[in-house]
Amino acid sequence: MKQEKLLEVYQNNSVKISVRKGWCKSCGICVEFCPKDVLVPDNQGKPIPENIDACIKCSLCELRCPDFAITVEGVKEKDE
Amino acid sequence: MNNLKKGKNIKLLQGNEACAEGALLAGVRFFAGYPITPSSEIAENMARELPKIGGKFIQMEDEIASMAAVIGASIAGLKSLTATSGPGMCLKQENLGFAIINEIPCVVVNAQRGGPSTGLPTKPSQGDMMQARWGTHGDHPIIALAPSTVHEILTLTIKAFNFSEKYRTPVILLLDEVIAHMREKVEIPALEDIEVINRKKPTVPPEEYLPFKPDEDGVPPMANFGEGYRYHITGLIHNYKGLPTSNSQEIDAFIRRLYNKIQKNAKDIIMNEKYFLDDAKIALIAYGSVARAAERTVKLAREEGLKVGLLKLLTIWPFCFEEVNKLAQQVDLIIVPEMNLGQMVLEIERAAQGKCRVVPYNRVDGELINPIEILGKIREEIKK
Amino acid sequence: MKTVIDEYIRKAMFPNMWCPGCGNGIVLGAIIRAIDDLGWDKDEIVAVSGIGCSSRITGYVDFCSMNTTHGRALPFATGIKMANPDLKVIVVMGDGDCSAIGGNHFIHAARRNIDLTAIIINNMIYGMTGGQYSPLTPTGKFGSTAPYGNIDQSFDLAELAIAAGASYVARGTVYNPRQSTSLIKKALDKKGFSVVEIISDCPVSYGKMNKMKSPVDMLKWIKDITVSKKAWDGLSPDEKRGKYAIGEFLSKDRPDYTELYEEIIKKAQESGGNK
Repeated sequence: MKQEKLLEVYQNNSVKISVRKGWCKSCGICVEFCPKDVLVPDNQGKPIPENIDACIKCSLCELRCPDFAITVEGVKEKDE
Repeated sequence: MNNLKKGKNIKLLQGNEACAEGALLAGVRFFAGYPITPSSEIAENMARELPKIGGKFIQMEDEIASMAAVIGASIAGLKSLTATSGPGMCLKQENLGFAIINEIPCVVVNAQRGGPSTGLPTKPSQGDMMQARWGTHGDHPIIALAPSTVHEILTLTIKAFNFSEKYRTPVILLLDEVIAHMREKVEIPALEDIEVINRKKPTVPPEEYLPFKPDEDGVPPMANFGEGYRYHITGLIHNYKGLPTSNSQEIDAFIRRLYNKIQKNAKDIIMNEKYFLDDAKIALIAYGSVARAAERTVKLAREEGLKVGLLKLLTIWPFCFEEVNKLAQQVDLIIVPEMNLGQMVLEIERAAQGKCRVVPYNRVDGELINPIEILGKIREEIKK
Repeated sequence: MKTVIDEYIRKAMFPNMWCPGCGNGIVLGAIIRAIDDLGWDKDEIVAVSGIGCSSRITGYVDFCSMNTTHGRALPFATGIKMANPDLKVIVVMGDGDCSAIGGNHFIHAARRNIDLTAIIINNMIYGMTGGQYSPLTPTGKFGSTAPYGNIDQSFDLAELAIAAGASYVARGTVYNPRQSTSLIKKALDKKGFSVVEIISDCPVSYGKMNKMKSPVDMLKWIKDITVSKKAWDGLSPDEKRGKYAIGEFLSKDRPDYTELYEEIIKKAQESGGNK
């Protein structure tokens, strides 16, 4: 359970997607309405950005998340 | 009106005017209300006087909204008043409970008229004594004061605000149609002679502030909204932070602390006056406009050689249990004249614990109880 | 990077108490993003709510906040604003809270045009108490107290607010969070009484009783029943049936109540008390 509170961070050289699993309630909204099908549900229904390279950083998943459980940030050259 | 100037000042005032005057002297700067007989003159006076001193008046869409606005204004830092009568008092109960649970200082005037329902809009009554105590649901404390002269309306309005600020609680001021509309001489004290108490503020920085953690006196310091202390207020039972709790220990401690905040300070809050009680064998216990008649009865009875005295209650809630208990050990008979079918007499019987006879004398016909009929009741009872 | 979550949310209260997929959290997000865009100081903001699931929003925001009694949020907020007009007062209500028990307060706050922003989360049902129909439940839909279908006609809250005198009126949805944020931002920035209705989803009450089992089903439905204001104006009455226009309906300038009261204070003081 404790592990669930951890922020899971997925990143490529353009975008960083963070999922706060402890706050996610597996509603499925982010997965369903992602315009580029970036997200797929894990076995608990929580999002994994499996196709992160397709992400266009529209942030709709973040804006539609009722639980503040997913965030999308652009990665700049100097960002870690 | 507008006597916020130096020096004392003698005026002929109506009861409702005196209430408005007292409120202004106590530092009231906000009034929200809704028109209702026999209290409307308080609103009218506040509407005229408040803006002169930079205060605010608003006539709300109903009594419920008036009570809500008064609480909101108090949280935002202004001493706030509302005034009503029975039907309006019924509607205020919901948000009165909110003020109690969130410990928001404010004063609610109930100029009592006959009830139930629309009842007798232009006639006096004391039918709301128990409503004042138990009107809003749940276990809760309350302070209620009952003046019997126009001058007392002024002084007790100031007291009501002082108690509400000191104990962070709403206070009910119980008038009745007679004293609300009566005109009498009022000696308005000089501003510098008036004791005005203001709510205590937190002394800790915002990040350490716990809005519902009491000091030793049971009262938490109160930060007004907009002063840099960001916190939550809710009608749900809450913890020290003001956030909802379902922890049974926290719930129990909260309700008991709220209750004891008033009960444990009852000695400070209870006020009454004694007339000819030192050698009395018969005591009258009265309050409000009936106490005026009772005072006269004592004089008439004494002229007949009857050892009658009067205990006049100024504080109705918390009830002066010990005082009445002591009195019951001294006298043979307590007579309780009330303009209701017997409400405070129930508390008096409880306090007397059977140590003397307790007899009610009641009128509910919209007429004031007069001194002669109380005297008649005394004569009738001593024959028994 | 400090996010709006770090800045405006009482994180210790999370995860929030709402059901999976509940739109309340989406509206909460839109509100704090709008405030962040405006760059408001947290110490100047007061959030006031009534009773219901949506009203729990005030417990989650790091402002001065107040979860009041059912339907009464607006009069509490009126008292706060009158007492200290420098405070920015936001009122969050549910559809039942605002339009049934609080209906009278709503029209009177609009009539006074007091400088408050009312955000109504319209999930068309009483969610917290178990799905009873509200004044915004569409005719023919089902609720736990409308087991044979609702025969009541629902309010158009935006029309009601306009008729009652509000300065700003708009409608958004939880499906369109970016638009909702923008509408809320304009409303917050508007002097006078501003109203933003956000059509939201209650999957467990409204959804369950109206053949939409999941939050996803509900958001798709919201997408289907809403049309932009511009498109709406071109629809026939028949085409409008069962649909909702979204966007900005009204933005006008009218003196706010607290400004008018300042004039009263001036008048009272100038006349020396003789009117």
